[in-house]
Amino acid sequence: MPDMIGLTAYASFFLVTALVNAIACLGLNVQWGQTGLFNVGVAGFVAIGAYTSALLTTPASPEHLGGFALPIALGWLGAMLLAGAISAFVGAVTLRLRSDYLAITTFGVAVAVQLVALNAQKLTGGAFGIGFIPRPFEALAERPALFGLANLLLVGALVAVLYVGLERLVRSPWGRVLRAIREDERAARSLGKSPTLYRLQAFALGGAIMGLAGAVNAHFIGFIAPESYQSSLTFQIWAMLIVGGSGNNRGAIFGAGLIWALWSVSGLAIGAFFPPEEQARAAALRIVAIGLALAATIALRPRGLFGERATVSRHLDDANAMITTDRV
Amino acid sequence: MTLQFLADGLIAGALIGLGAIGVTLTYSILRFANFAHGEFVSFGAYATLLLAAIIGSVVAGADQPIGPFSFGWGVIVAAVAAMASTGALALALDAVLFKRLRDKGAAITIVMASFGASMALRSLLEFAFTSRPAYFSRDLQIALPVGLGIRVTPDQIALLGITAVLMIGVHLLLTRSQIGRAMRAVSENPALARVAGVDVARVIRAAWLIGGALACVAGVMLGLLVQIRPFMGFDLLLPMFAAAILGGIGSVPGALAGALIVGVSEAAAVQMIGAEWRAAVAFLLLIGVLLVKPTGLFGRSD
Repeated sequence: MPDMIGLTAYASFFLVTALVNAIACLGLNVQWGQTGLFNVGVAGFVAIGAYTSALLTTPASPEHLGGFALPIALGWLGAMLLAGAISAFVGAVTLRLRSDYLAITTFGVAVAVQLVALNAQKLTGGAFGIGFIPRPFEALAERPALFGLANLLLVGALVAVLYVGLERLVRSPWGRVLRAIREDERAARSLGKSPTLYRLQAFALGGAIMGLAGAVNAHFIGFIAPESYQSSLTFQIWAMLIVGGSGNNRGAIFGAGLIWALWSVSGLAIGAFFPPEEQARAAALRIVAIGLALAATIALRPRGLFGERATVSRHLDDANAMITTDRV
Repeated sequence: MTLQFLADGLIAGALIGLGAIGVTLTYSILRFANFAHGEFVSFGAYATLLLAAIIGSVVAGADQPIGPFSFGWGVIVAAVAAMASTGALALALDAVLFKRLRDKGAAITIVMASFGASMALRSLLEFAFTSRPAYFSRDLQIALPVGLGIRVTPDQIALLGITAVLMIGVHLLLTRSQIGRAMRAVSENPALARVAGVDVARVIRAAWLIGGALACVAGVMLGLLVQIRPFMGFDLLLPMFAAAILGGIGSVPGALAGALIVGVSEAAAVQMIGAEWRAAVAFLLLIGVLLVKPTGLFGRSD
């Protein structure tokens, strides 16, 4: 049944991409959802991860520097480290200032990364990008359905690990300090917490996760180019988080799936209903639609579909239980 | 190395400055960084293009170039009308989006809303006019030597003059007029200004109108000197922000000074390193000023 195989391959491609978006969205949730830090350069941090991992893992190439042929896992780790380090630098420069400065600077990072990707040919391959990025389960590439499923399992496991890890962090004392700072900086400061330091950690962690998303995607597709990391990507990830419900990791993942589904379906519709010469124009309408969805969510349902749940220490229940038993 | 970069930088700086004034006004009066300001630039350029085409088809001779310039009086009339419509666009955006969020008191959500509005407006322009570049005129202008090895076109001289007049006008408006005093009062202390009987809603309207109109002029200039594209304003956004922060956010003379520094640095980089790295200059200046003196040249620390 060739149709079945094609369908499975397409479904796993769709799901893997949705999950990759979910990773970036989880990273943004650490920055915005938990800490209230506004990052307008998500695409830049995703790109840093993608290019880092590509340079670390591709075989040596005469076209660009590097090509260190390292294992994929090391590429992912390198991507997280560099994206995290650059986030930490941006945070160190801007977090002590007004929140808008972080937004403006991250916007600048995305512009600068795009510029380097396009023009530093020796490093990034320029407009043609980098190809032949090793893919996980390359041996299965002959059988697209199996290859897709294997990748889906790998990325799915990765998202699950991230989700569990981040949920633990949210409930940890560290996570509570982040939300305390977000809600009332002065109160948190008066309890002896350094808002700048905690924000810096959250911003770096979120940036590292975005870098991981870029790296995972680069290895799944096997090819990267600057045009994949434009501001519309930032915009999509934001729409996913806001629609899903910022502050809620489940919302981040669900929002990523939902917006990616709408994006894909509208793409298919444009391909089917518009003549080829009008398709670029119609594609612009997709972004308008996402923008309207975003604006409507902010204005009408600011908590998104899921919204943030109140999280308190897991010891609180025990303490309450004890108080109740004492009374009895 | 010739001194041409000074002339090029001055013109780029004038253009960035027209936009940066709007950014800095929005910031000081509404207290948020407006990411949709770049789209005011693009909208102004397209509105002028459309209106000039209408005028040109109705009135014979409106598109005849005046003297040594590349544009006719049709473009001038269209630009004035477009300034008003760009101001109206800014007011409309405020009414449907920013005002609601302002009433809820969510400062950083407004920044995000402006980012979304920027994306949506840009895509609408792309839908309406496609991403193919458009031009006011296809004629090439001859650059005239003005000494020291510097050459400028008549259009560039005219636009520098218009910018200078507009800048002086805005400066006088802010320092000498009643609404200007009210604007400065709101920027200093909105609560106190309100108590003192300043009509804050009127001040906000004035800020949007001035910012939108100046952004429109920047768009027309860019259209006359280079070309009109849906991304033209978006590409100007980082230089505008860098100029506003470099000059000290909230300061109008500072925005102009910052814009001239960004413009001349960009032009110098284009001459020495290459045009493809132009956009990096604004980013480096931004990081530099945030590291060394985040209040900028003319800013106050708060």
